Amino acid sequence: MATKGNCAMNLSPMQPILEISGLTKRYAGGLVALDNVDLAINRGELFALLGPNGAGKTTLIGAVCGLVRPTSGTIRAFGHDLAKDWRTARARIGLVPQELATDMFEPVERAVAYSRELFGLAPDKARIEEILRSLSLWDKRKERIMALSGGMKRRLLIAKALAHEPDLLFLDEPTAGVDVELRRDMWKLIGAMRERGVTIILTTHYIEEAEEMADRVGIIRNGRILMVDDKAEMMKRLGRTEAVISLASPLSNIPASLEHFAIHLENAGSSICYRGGDGTGKGRSEVADLTKALIAAGIDYTGIDIRESSLEDIFVDLVEERETEGVQ
Amino acid sequence: MTFNARSAWAIYKRELMRFLRTAFQSVLSPVLTTSLYFIVFGAAIGSRMPDLGGVSYAAFIIPGLLMLTLLGETTSNSSFGIYMPRFTGTIYELLSAPVGVAETLVGFVGAAATKSLILAGIILATAMLFVDYTIAHPFWAILYIMLVASSFSLFGFILGIWADNFEKLGIIPMLFLTPLTFLGGTFYSIDMLPKPWDTIALANPIVYLVNGLRWTFYGTSDVSIGVSLGLTLGFLAICVAIIAIIFKTGWRLRS
Repeated sequence: MATKGNCAMNLSPMQPILEISGLTKRYAGGLVALDNVDLAINRGELFALLGPNGAGKTTLIGAVCGLVRPTSGTIRAFGHDLAKDWRTARARIGLVPQELATDMFEPVERAVAYSRELFGLAPDKARIEEILRSLSLWDKRKERIMALSGGMKRRLLIAKALAHEPDLLFLDEPTAGVDVELRRDMWKLIGAMRERGVTIILTTHYIEEAEEMADRVGIIRNGRILMVDDKAEMMKRLGRTEAVISLASPLSNIPASLEHFAIHLENAGSSICYRGGDGTGKGRSEVADLTKALIAAGIDYTGIDIRESSLEDIFVDLVEERETEGVQ
Repeated sequence: MTFNARSAWAIYKRELMRFLRTAFQSVLSPVLTTSLYFIVFGAAIGSRMPDLGGVSYAAFIIPGLLMLTLLGETTSNSSFGIYMPRFTGTIYELLSAPVGVAETLVGFVGAAATKSLILAGIILATAMLFVDYTIAHPFWAILYIMLVASSFSLFGFILGIWADNFEKLGIIPMLFLTPLTFLGGTFYSIDMLPKPWDTIALANPIVYLVNGLRWTFYGTSDVSIGVSLGLTLGFLAICVAIIAIIFKTGWRLRS
């Protein structure tokens, strides 16, 4: 696909492409879907917004894309206030919704062409062909949407969102309900869009997805942003190494020479569990030191099971931790 | 005020395409219905009826029959046009696009009005097969048909936004529009009604629409053309105002 020519926009290189400040959405029934959300998205990044069901991810996207009316707060995209200059801003924002919402009777090619013209751009058959080919939909261009498989329909929604060449693209659960192979294909596709300079905000249940692709990760729960950080930094700061060393003979307590390690006995002393380090490999190094110390102390072992914590572990810990804080 | 003509054209084209997908049904149904009315009321009953205001009964009912189809089809086309994207969820695309109330109305309402004008042409052509008639004020007839088609397209648009199920979508045309049109002088002149029904009939807004169109056809009607025109323009203005409020508040469109 063509690279974006208008990426220069009206922003300085360091200015966020999207700035959300004090955004609150309170529904008539009293439900607070977004609670004073502050968020800044940098140009060209792939930002993953993680959160359990009902956390406020889709509401947040809806507020930016014009589907939800915020109760208070401001949203600025490309330097424009969305409450005032919504036309200018929206022309450069694309949305791939979570639901497979399409006109089932419409042919694929016409549906994508409509999306382009709806956003005020001149018809461009070559561009539509390019998009359809990149999403492996060109052969299906004359088919009615109802004839497409679920995966193809999801790709079609991406094609429709890309038809007006957005600078900022929201992908709301793009791989929900798709098989593993298609999910991998989607990841490649999203990676390719990002390489072309499109800023992508992705919501997902699959933490693995965020771990695979995101530059930065935001965690949202009950309408509040719990944390926003660079993925690598988050892993480094909150990541842990866990190692279970099975002993040849059980121990009744930890010898004094090993007490400085972050370990404890498990399974009636038949194994030592290490939990420590960070996301940079410090834990592995400490496990190596631990094994040396075990040998030096004359403690024999029969096996080592070692694993690094994933983004999912961090996410679960963080959400549970805040839940506990909330209860207290 | 910014107006994105390309966006409006995209909506308009798409809505007409939707009409063409069901063109056979959309065209055949009114042609068949109108033909039946002409056979029953025009030929069978009409041959025993005296002329009304110097116009044969079969010719007299043409504006009323045209209005009957126009109101029903325009309202349902327009309400369906906006209700379906809401029902299927595809409205997200319209709401997230740089498209305002003006483009949306020109697209949806313009397409619904166009479909109605096509139907009006077909009905008038069908009428020619059964009745010999001439239109006294063709320019005003076209203008008045366009005005009614636009007004009821807007009305249908409001219905399509108000309705949250298919039953509600059909209830207004079925329970109000059709009966009021039948009672609005489609098949008779209100002068033919006994007192006090001739006065009560004036409370039916459709009387003014039917008679307004009848004046453009034959130069005579039960009510003044000025009143008919004024009421139709007033209805149009009210519909535009309601839609502007809907878009401003996001009622039933944005959560």
